[in-house]
Amino acid sequence: MSASSLARIAFIAFCAIVLLYLILPILIIVPMSFSSTRFLTFPPPSLSLRWYQDYVGSAAWMQATRVTLIVALATVAIAAPLGVAAAYAISQSKLKIMRVIHMTLLLPLVVPIIITAVGIFFVYARVGLVATLSGLILANVMLGLPYVIISVVAGLQSFDATQEMVARSLGMNRIRSFFAVTLPQIKSSVIAGAIFAFISAVDETIVALFISGGQYQPLTKRMFTALRDEIDPTIAAISTLMTAVSFMLVLIASRRRKGA
Amino acid sequence: MRATPDISAKHQRREQALMLALTLPALLVILSLVVLPVAWLAWQSIYHSGFTLEHYRRIFSEAIYWRSFALTFEISLLVTLLALVLGYPIAFAASSARRGWSIVILALVVLPFWTSVLVRAYAWLALLQRNGVINHLLEDLGLIHEPLVLVHNTFGTVVATLHILLPFMVLPLYATMQKIPRDLLQAGASLGANPALVFWKVFLPLSLPGVLAGSTLVFVLSLGFYITPELLGGGRTIMVSMLVSRNVELYDQWGAASAVGVVLLAAVGVIFFAVSRAIPLDRVLGQK
Repeated sequence: MSASSLARIAFIAFCAIVLLYLILPILIIVPMSFSSTRFLTFPPPSLSLRWYQDYVGSAAWMQATRVTLIVALATVAIAAPLGVAAAYAISQSKLKIMRVIHMTLLLPLVVPIIITAVGIFFVYARVGLVATLSGLILANVMLGLPYVIISVVAGLQSFDATQEMVARSLGMNRIRSFFAVTLPQIKSSVIAGAIFAFISAVDETIVALFISGGQYQPLTKRMFTALRDEIDPTIAAISTLMTAVSFMLVLIASRRRKGA
Repeated sequence: MRATPDISAKHQRREQALMLALTLPALLVILSLVVLPVAWLAWQSIYHSGFTLEHYRRIFSEAIYWRSFALTFEISLLVTLLALVLGYPIAFAASSARRGWSIVILALVVLPFWTSVLVRAYAWLALLQRNGVINHLLEDLGLIHEPLVLVHNTFGTVVATLHILLPFMVLPLYATMQKIPRDLLQAGASLGANPALVFWKVFLPLSLPGVLAGSTLVFVLSLGFYITPELLGGGRTIMVSMLVSRNVELYDQWGAASAVGVVLLAAVGVIFFAVSRAIPLDRVLGQK
């Protein structure tokens, strides 16, 4: 065997190990969620649905799930239109200040989330938004906006702005021409951005740890508290469900992107 | 478009005003939920019924504070280096393999990227803990007799943090490598250079922008990481983010928490500024 083919085999083996490391946690969670014992043994001694039953039967987990879904849906409903409007202006306008605005709107990705979380907590404590549903939604809108903006700005790059001008010169007003001509063509990037904002809201933990409380605690906050205290296999069941939902959404989003 | 000059100028002003108005709602959200809170944080770190630099003095004089900063930098550096060592070959494989394999590799990289950070922290707990999967496996193989301490320490924190941040290294690297024309490599080879030399002299230098983008992202993200050190560090690995949260939640020390936050933010700002002189920042962020 020559030295180069030996190096090749070593390289492939190295890559395989790294990829295994990357997916190992997901491979481990799913079988554990169907385990019949409380202990984290692998492979599980026998299969059962008891952790899924635990999850569905628990009032606290169900309430947390409701909060997460409401927050994520409301986040998309607000962040998508705001993000699309801003992205449209950013890519159409040649004003110098637009660059500054663009950077400002991407700030949530730059500022460490722990700092944003504590800062929001201080502000919310002043205005009485701590432990409220609207406070939680607002914070997630802020965190989701960059995803919508990045996705839609990218989508508008390949859009020819003269098409909209043609529509307007034919008598459509600005708003109608946007909805009739522009929006259908960037639909895919809008949907992709909205899905990313949704996943970001479902996944968000750190801000929720500081500002949510009482009956308005999302799933992630309850999971975090549970993980800090003890390892409860119910979390494996919830994790498996969350991962499945997230993958399905990403699959839809990437299909959409390809279609664009 | 070009009717008479004054109509066109008026039209343009209206157009500009409209565009600004369209960004206003989003801007308002960001200003009130990022800019205002951070400004408040900064203000609170120096003002508490009178101006004071007490909180900053403590960060640099009290061991628990500066040790935590030092540890955070060490862990972030370690995670960044490991991510580069593990991520570079993966990105290289994805960019040079045949299309089918390339898709498989990328899918395996992106899959965990879209799995909740909490879910992955939970999985690492299950894998690494005292009677967890890895210890059982090693015992069954007869390699160890006492369970290894793999979690609730710095090791566990690094393993889980690296796992979460690795895709942030691979994706920018892949994006850069994909654009490197392969005929350049062939040209090098046809001139008599061996593959290692071609890689060293041609491919590596061309991939450096990706290395810089990926390393920046991973380093900056791990500086502020919270969930994995909190859940897998076992209270012994106190990273900066945990200093912030403990000062707020346990000790009610908002001023101290704010000062730590400001120093962390300043570090992140300096790094982004330095990097943005080399490559545009929106390219670093746009890779995500």
